[in-house]
Amino acid sequence: MHPIAERIQREFPEGLVQAVEWRGDLAVTVTRKALHDIARFLHDDPSMDFDYIVHVSSVDWPDDEERFEVVWEFYSIRKRHRIRLKTRVPEAECIVDSLTDIWKGADFMEREVYDMMGIRFRNHPDLRRILMPDEYTEGYPLRKDFPLQGKGWRDTFEFLNEAQG
Amino acid sequence: MQLDDQRTTVYKVDPGRPETESLPLVRTEELLLNMGPQHPSTHGVLKVILELEGERITKSTPVMGFLHRGVEKLAEEGTYHQFIPHTDRLDYVCAMYNNFAYCRAVEKLMNITVPERAEYLRTIVAEVQRIIGHQFWLGTQALDIGAMTVFFYTFRDREILLDWFDELCGARLTTSWYRIGGVERDFTPALLSKLRAFLDYFLPKIDEYVVFLEKNRIWVARTKGVAVISAEDAVNFGLSGPTLRGSGVDYDLRKYEPYSAYPRCEFSVPVGKNGDTYDRYWIRVEEMRESAKIIRQCLDQMPAEGPVMAEVPSVTLPPKERVFTNLESMIQQFKLFSQGFDAPKGEIYCGTEAHKGELGFYIVSQGGGKPYRLKIRAPSFIHMGAFDYMSRGYMIADAVTIFGTYDIVMGECDR
Repeated sequence: MHPIAERIQREFPEGLVQAVEWRGDLAVTVTRKALHDIARFLHDDPSMDFDYIVHVSSVDWPDDEERFEVVWEFYSIRKRHRIRLKTRVPEAECIVDSLTDIWKGADFMEREVYDMMGIRFRNHPDLRRILMPDEYTEGYPLRKDFPLQGKGWRDTFEFLNEAQG
Repeated sequence: MQLDDQRTTVYKVDPGRPETESLPLVRTEELLLNMGPQHPSTHGVLKVILELEGERITKSTPVMGFLHRGVEKLAEEGTYHQFIPHTDRLDYVCAMYNNFAYCRAVEKLMNITVPERAEYLRTIVAEVQRIIGHQFWLGTQALDIGAMTVFFYTFRDREILLDWFDELCGARLTTSWYRIGGVERDFTPALLSKLRAFLDYFLPKIDEYVVFLEKNRIWVARTKGVAVISAEDAVNFGLSGPTLRGSGVDYDLRKYEPYSAYPRCEFSVPVGKNGDTYDRYWIRVEEMRESAKIIRQCLDQMPAEGPVMAEVPSVTLPPKERVFTNLESMIQQFKLFSQGFDAPKGEIYCGTEAHKGELGFYIVSQGGGKPYRLKIRAPSFIHMGAFDYMSRGYMIADAVTIFGTYDIVMGECDR
């Protein structure tokens, strides 16, 4: 096991679900409950020192019991190591702790995840849509059940309906 | 000269209005100002709602997404090869570096090693693109702030490089020259000599740009001490590239996680001190010089000949001349573009130091020819996250400087 993952397991024996190392990338899946504490530990502990936030992303797995996966990626500029922190979120209770209080950069990135995938973040200072219009109600475009050609608006184009007869 | 009392007009108080002392002479209230989306300095379509107290910004709320095209969704519907032209349209000013970052990510996913000559070609073109990006930035930033002349000088030299791209791949902006596992075609001898000639021509020109700005009081007054961010805050916000290095953090992926031919080149990473717009300007100018240095070293070290594409028939494209003459190659090309290659199950993140900052691709593969999820870590978007923090307390006119200092391009910001 990767030394960073080992350390997380030692500190949070119940928090760690899985640690995978593939192509040199370390990905650690943690429980939703322990996420914020582990993130705080990764940021504050001098041997971890993950001071730089790389990106926040999300993946939709419609067939899984816990449908969504939220992904944070951190880097340590002093230690020069990288970690990917993941947690699973069920569709019924689609909310996860925000990490904006630790990394301020997470603000916009988490808003984008909310906008695109519909995952809400607890304690986020300003959780609104960011790329889609504020009044957009057709759903969350990056979910797998959202059609590629979009929803709603296309049907209202008269010339399209005429062509289809 | 004395003021001529006779010629100054004395305005009398309107007799219809009662003169009471209870009326306040100055009315203060917060003012909301919509800046953009059609403001010329927003580099595309970005709107910022500024809350003002007098001319000071107390809060700013960026409104983005006017150029949102759903590139990440489109990526899930096409094969890996088919996504390369989409990356051109992210940061449309610097398409080559987007291609490069994307191809590197897929190569990491597929575990492909690129031939040595191709690595050098890639580095050279990436650095040419960096020069173009910084020239473009310098010209437009100076134009926004009010120094118009530099724009003509940088764009004159940028034209030479764009014509060079045109000769290289047939397009000036939407290049799509990088391929997964290598590059589309090799340099011709004419291209090589033109590039060498450009380097000799270009280095003195940088001093020419600088003269217009460093002796210009308006430029110095409008950049020094504007949009200051400390190193801790810049790191905490996830800023990257010159925007971060201006604050004194030497985070550069070319040095931190060396890739391509960079480890074989000697170059330094300019780092600022004060974290203001002026330092970031200085860094970008110095980076142009460093890029020229890297290109020259690559041209000297590059193996004289060799393949420019990795030989992994299940993933990489066959050379074009074989496609037209050889049946197997044609089938290979057709299959790769229509079905794609079979990627292993897994996920990777690969960051590349583009001229704006860290451009990264996070790819989740479930096997098969299409990415299951592709996330673009766009530096412009992440820099906008710090806009509110960096603009507070500055004047309205400084908002223009702050847009510029990030070097934002909305195609990349909104994706």
